[in-house]
Amino acid sequence: MSEVRLRGVTAGYGKETILKGIDLTVPAGSITAVLGMSGSGKTTLLKIIAGFLRPTSGTVEIGGRMVAGPRTWVPPERRGVGYVRQEGALFPHLSVEANITFGLPWPRRRHHDRVLRLLDLVGLPAEVAGRRPDQLSGGQQQRVALARALAPRPQLVLLDEPFSSLDAGLRSTTRKAIARALRAAGATAILVTHDQGEALSFADEVAIMGAGEFRQVDRPPTLYREPVDAEVATFLGDAILLPGTCRDELVDCALGSLPVSGPTAAGEVDVMIRPEQVLLTPVGEGQFDATVIAQEYFGHDSLVELDVAGVDAPRGLRARVVGTRVLDPGDRVGITVLGPVRTYVRGRLRTG
Amino acid sequence: MPASFSSRVVGLAALLVAALSILPLFIIVPGAFSAGFEEAMAYLFRPRIGRLLSHTGQLMLVTVPATIVIGTLAAWLVERTNLPGAGIWRTLLLAPLAVPAFVSAYAWISLAPGLTGFGGAALVTTLAYYPFVYLPVAALLRTLDPGDEEAARSLGLSPAAAVVRTVLPRLRPAISGGALLVALHLLAEYGVLEMMQFQTFTTAIMQQYAVGFSDTAGSLLASVLLLLCLLALVLEMLARGRRRVARIGSGAQARPIRARLGHWTVPSMLFLAVVVALSLAVPIATVGGWLLRGEGLADSPDLLRVTASTIGLALLGALAATVAAFPAAWLLDRHPRGLTVLLERVTYLGSALPGVAVGLAFVTLAVRWAQPLYQTVGLLVIAYAVLFMPRAMVSLRAGLAAAPPELTEASRSLGQGGVATLTRVLLPLISPSVLTGLVLVALAVGTELTATLLLAPTGTDTLALAFWRHASELDYGAAAPYAAMMIALSVPLTLLLRRQILEER
Repeated sequence: MSEVRLRGVTAGYGKETILKGIDLTVPAGSITAVLGMSGSGKTTLLKIIAGFLRPTSGTVEIGGRMVAGPRTWVPPERRGVGYVRQEGALFPHLSVEANITFGLPWPRRRHHDRVLRLLDLVGLPAEVAGRRPDQLSGGQQQRVALARALAPRPQLVLLDEPFSSLDAGLRSTTRKAIARALRAAGATAILVTHDQGEALSFADEVAIMGAGEFRQVDRPPTLYREPVDAEVATFLGDAILLPGTCRDELVDCALGSLPVSGPTAAGEVDVMIRPEQVLLTPVGEGQFDATVIAQEYFGHDSLVELDVAGVDAPRGLRARVVGTRVLDPGDRVGITVLGPVRTYVRGRLRTG
Repeated sequence: MPASFSSRVVGLAALLVAALSILPLFIIVPGAFSAGFEEAMAYLFRPRIGRLLSHTGQLMLVTVPATIVIGTLAAWLVERTNLPGAGIWRTLLLAPLAVPAFVSAYAWISLAPGLTGFGGAALVTTLAYYPFVYLPVAALLRTLDPGDEEAARSLGLSPAAAVVRTVLPRLRPAISGGALLVALHLLAEYGVLEMMQFQTFTTAIMQQYAVGFSDTAGSLLASVLLLLCLLALVLEMLARGRRRVARIGSGAQARPIRARLGHWTVPSMLFLAVVVALSLAVPIATVGGWLLRGEGLADSPDLLRVTASTIGLALLGALAATVAAFPAAWLLDRHPRGLTVLLERVTYLGSALPGVAVGLAFVTLAVRWAQPLYQTVGLLVIAYAVLFMPRAMVSLRAGLAAAPPELTEASRSLGQGGVATLTRVLLPLISPSVLTGLVLVALAVGTELTATLLLAPTGTDTLALAFWRHASELDYGAAAPYAAMMIALSVPLTLLLRRQILEER
């Protein structure tokens, strides 16, 4: 498995520019997720790496070999890049086994035990080998597509929203099976998705993409705790935004003076607090008293919408609590903000 | 995306084919005015032209509405009611497509020699053409989501009112498309109308040609005919309405509501039985009768030879049409843009051009500019390609849709080059549809009469030509074996079409 390196990649269709100078390094054997809204250029990026689209400028290197550059162009079939698409794109006229061995040189297409090993790797029973793609469920099709992509031992595997067409239950089991298979194969992989949870749980590194550029590339915990700006923060998950004023290592806002992590800007800032940082306490025992407005219940946990006298948070003030805690509108609670908060220069963003 | 070399070559090929498809227009219309505008007007404004127009109009006014009523009613009875034996009716109602219209005319005229004139022409064309309406309407009814009808019922409409207010409006594109086919076939019909001695533009052009090849007179008549075809196309576009056909396929199909016929069951079955008897039983029984009388078989020792040459021509025509349709079909599937869509539409124009116009145009072309091509099989095959390309186009597009770019890209990223991708992915996926297209075109060529009469080289015989020769000499017995062979060869068409509708659940 090999390192992938993109330098200043620009691309587009006709006059429209989709990618505006992308830099990305995916270390060998690691998984990077590219997370972005639809239309941000994620799929275009994959097509450039796979070789279905030429960049207008910039270079792509896979395993130290330049595959796209000013004077270089390696066609897709000679790049050794596996590509798993949203719908799997299995060949409908071939059996599962023939699909998996499709990319192998002719003499090796009969190696049945290799097919069985790959099926086992993606967590499918041996008996599906003889089936047709239309006899498989969506999740099984995606696993076969991954097995097919892994069969020729590619240098790199690209996954283009492979779980988005699956329903919730199937999505998480398929995701786990595929993550396990990729790790077991030691594959370098790039996953494109618009699902935050998927990106954060699946990848070693996550690249946030917006309008053809990377906004931030980081390890998932860093990304969630230390987003570069309020837009990235709200895109990644729920966030409370409050106006505040910075002073040394502290920020003064409606919820008190809070410690700041990361860069601090002097003067007027937006303060970003995750709902996980808001701890509920009995009335009178927290820093502030609050009234419960509503509870959005998810089962494993819930978001509690709160009202604190004198606090005006444009995006609302919420606390995340475990699912066993049930509150009613009008209940009185106390709140305490835990840990350091992030601050951003004011006025860059009002809504998310 | 910059256009690659190969897609430019394909684009150029598509452009050439499109040019070929509309070539007849550019030969016929200037030819009509070659003797000057005054001359042309003097020729056109005569009582004879008026009579041809009035005949054409009468036929349109009776046959088109009649086929709409019969085709739509039959489709609704079979697909949306609890009519007993729907599967059998489905086959029987399509089967008349296997009987060439001129064979049907021959059957009726040999049964009732007095049936000539408008009545006979309207009867035979209605019976031969109603499947053009039945087929698309039945296909649409099978796939139409019953959600609207159910919603109408739950809003308090009676079953009949629900059908009239939700189902009928959505059938409009299918009905108007079928009616357009009927109209274009009426304009192009030669065999039936000649046999019924009912003069229209097509028969007049053929007679003009028989009297002596005259560029101007024939081209003038053909120009009027083309104008009428254009009128039919425009009328259909207006009748179709703005909305396209409801989305078909994909996803679980709800079971359609089947109306209970109750005491209407017997009259409904009687109606379908009469339609099938008149359109299918009469021609087949008549042809069978003439065959059994045994006069025919001894008189036609060349039946096998003619059949073989017909099949040969049919295969050549099918191959030519499929190859010619490929560039535009490919471009449309892979790069659907304005220009590409236009190229495809242009190739459809060929099917709107009557066989007589295409035949006449290619005769003119050969006589005036390409003498060596005159009376060659090559020219005949090109004419077939122009006439029947849409049939190949429709099938090819279905095939290419079954082989989306994702699959060819998947093959490339698995290390397979262009040739391997073609042989291992593209060809296996599109070949069933390509074969369907080939069969559809071959069947059309096999029973084509008008263009073949005009363009077939001396010594080249087809079943339709041999049949026509004997039938126009009123030698019904000698014509029968050729008619029977044409019907037998057309049976696959019915089976193919039936399977296609049944597959589109």
